[in-house]
Amino acid sequence: MDSALIPEGVKRCSFGKFAIGIILVGGVLLWGVYAMLLIWLKGLNQTNMNDFYGFAIWIWADLGVIALGGGAFFTGFLRYVIGKDELKNIINCAVLIGFICYSSALLILAIDVGQPLRSWFIFWHANVHSMLTEVAFCLSCYFAVLIIEYIPLILENRQINKVPFLHNLAHNMHEVMVIFAATGAFLSFFHQGSLGGTPAVLYGRPFSFREGVFIWPWTFFLFTWSAAAYGPCFTLFVTRLIEKITKKKLVKQNVIDLLAKISGWTMGTYVIAKIIDTWYWATVTAPARGFNLIDFYSNNPFYGIWILIVEIVVCGIVPALILLTPKGRNNSTLLFTAVSLACIGVLLNRWVMVLQVMAIPVMTFETWVMYIPSWQEVATTVLPVAYGIILVMISFRYLPIFPQERELNP
Amino acid sequence: MKEEGKHKKAKKYGMVINLDECTGCGACMVACMAENNVPFKEDESNKLDSIAWMRVYKLTNGKPYPEAEICYLPRPCMHCEGEHGHAPCVSVCPATATDYNHETGIVSQIYTRCFGCRYCMVACPYHARYFNWWDPVWPEESTKYLSPNVSPRMRGVVEKCSFCFHRYQLAMDKAYLEGRTVLEEDEYQTSCAQACPAGAITFGDLNNPEHKVHQLAKPDNKHGGRPGNPNVFRLLERLGTNPKVYYMSSREWVRQAGDNYINNEDLAKNYRH
Repeated sequence: MDSALIPEGVKRCSFGKFAIGIILVGGVLLWGVYAMLLIWLKGLNQTNMNDFYGFAIWIWADLGVIALGGGAFFTGFLRYVIGKDELKNIINCAVLIGFICYSSALLILAIDVGQPLRSWFIFWHANVHSMLTEVAFCLSCYFAVLIIEYIPLILENRQINKVPFLHNLAHNMHEVMVIFAATGAFLSFFHQGSLGGTPAVLYGRPFSFREGVFIWPWTFFLFTWSAAAYGPCFTLFVTRLIEKITKKKLVKQNVIDLLAKISGWTMGTYVIAKIIDTWYWATVTAPARGFNLIDFYSNNPFYGIWILIVEIVVCGIVPALILLTPKGRNNSTLLFTAVSLACIGVLLNRWVMVLQVMAIPVMTFETWVMYIPSWQEVATTVLPVAYGIILVMISFRYLPIFPQERELNP
Repeated sequence: MKEEGKHKKAKKYGMVINLDECTGCGACMVACMAENNVPFKEDESNKLDSIAWMRVYKLTNGKPYPEAEICYLPRPCMHCEGEHGHAPCVSVCPATATDYNHETGIVSQIYTRCFGCRYCMVACPYHARYFNWWDPVWPEESTKYLSPNVSPRMRGVVEKCSFCFHRYQLAMDKAYLEGRTVLEEDEYQTSCAQACPAGAITFGDLNNPEHKVHQLAKPDNKHGGRPGNPNVFRLLERLGTNPKVYYMSSREWVRQAGDNYINNEDLAKNYRH
């Protein structure tokens, strides 16, 4: 039915099967849209946020998808700026994931603010001292870059590419992509960093506060570094997931190996930096404000010291070691385990830097406050996931996302 | 000439709350809500999402009877100065919807500019900032009693104690009409200070040695406004928020409850008194 739109030389499932998949995920998407409309129409009282939890699951999701989408800027940087040519075989997938993640982040922000129609105030009345201002500017600009990076991919659709103008446009856009990749890397450095600075500049919150250099707290650099380390892991995770679902090899092992190896080194160095940061914070920063490390991990039903161990050891050191060894990278089960753990690790880090900050009492006569999201919050957080799956399904079916697919599946 | 010189000197309005005198009656909370058109819910049992610019906390010394003691601690916005006006909430607001007024030391909130990102609430360690989760609704008959000097806030924005800033504006207007540029101590008082039946709340200009707040707190402006009176303390002094609300108590455990200390910490070495 839609065979004329499918890239030449590749096989796809029947249109009926594809349509059923879209309808199923679309149902989840509609559930999310319903919740989103409820929130827009009735307000944030539809959530379980409160005056202790000004930031909650959405801001976590926001930070999470931006970290996971970091594969786009880092792979683009490696491919176009550093010149790792093999990565051209996975860059499309990284860009697609980046596009999904960043558009999701913007959507979540639009749901999260109390007065969405005033969102433009962040640009009009910009406060240069605020990390969120920097996030807003860089995020919007980088999303524009991602659109520019995604467009040539759309133009490569079999039918669209037949139009000479669009064919030439796609070709020329590819030619100048190095400029956008470099711009994207520059912008990402700042907005990933600003997101790291967002909790760290809160000097009234000893759990998240960090010292730093000049105006940048240490987490500014840690967030950028972790996005560079863990973002490509999500690209590898999604690639492997698509391979498993379609039962096809889509990217050659040498490409996977290269990205995994770079990710391993980035992750390894990040984990070392994270351990130093944690050590300094636990022994100098927090005690100077009257807190022992254990104060942040006791007297509550959920946040124990286990969370620190899981984040740094299980989801940091372990995947880094797997990715750093050729044996680990070549074993598909180990590799998949490593990238999965890495994704969990970065999401856990963002959770801690958002939700745990809110939970911890600062005044001595207050107690821990726990939070469980409402169904509306869950639905609107699942909404971008459903949207992402649909966009991946459509893009994979109609666009040449994986250039090696034809060669690997003759 | 002398008057003009006085006018140029920045004021720093603040409070000293005597915790030994506070009975926890809540009159300050009621007065504040009435004065500032603070909205309320039909069911106010969930304190996590109800608005109280002034909130009275109950503290205990944790000891069993007969040594058990309690203390009530009223908590308005601290109007932190931080370093050079970089209060925790002011520097984080992405839309400049909250501002530190260097003339009065008051931290303002511009409701019509706030777009409800709530970053300021996250930044405030005192939980002095509140979000309007609902549209403000008052029983019809009580709308007649709303203050015309304070604009009600809409759903989706943050609000907080303003040290009854509208009273400052009214007092200044009156002073200008009378050809003055300096206010007398009693010309500008917050509603909570006036409502307190025990007289536990003292309000005034911390920079003015003639004002009672200055005499009680003895703020050391060279060291971030730290109190010189050994019985006076500020909440979470060690964080460097530099608040303008001071508390006074003769009880050591109450003063210690104002801040966090790690085990076996030499308080005298690490902290003021």
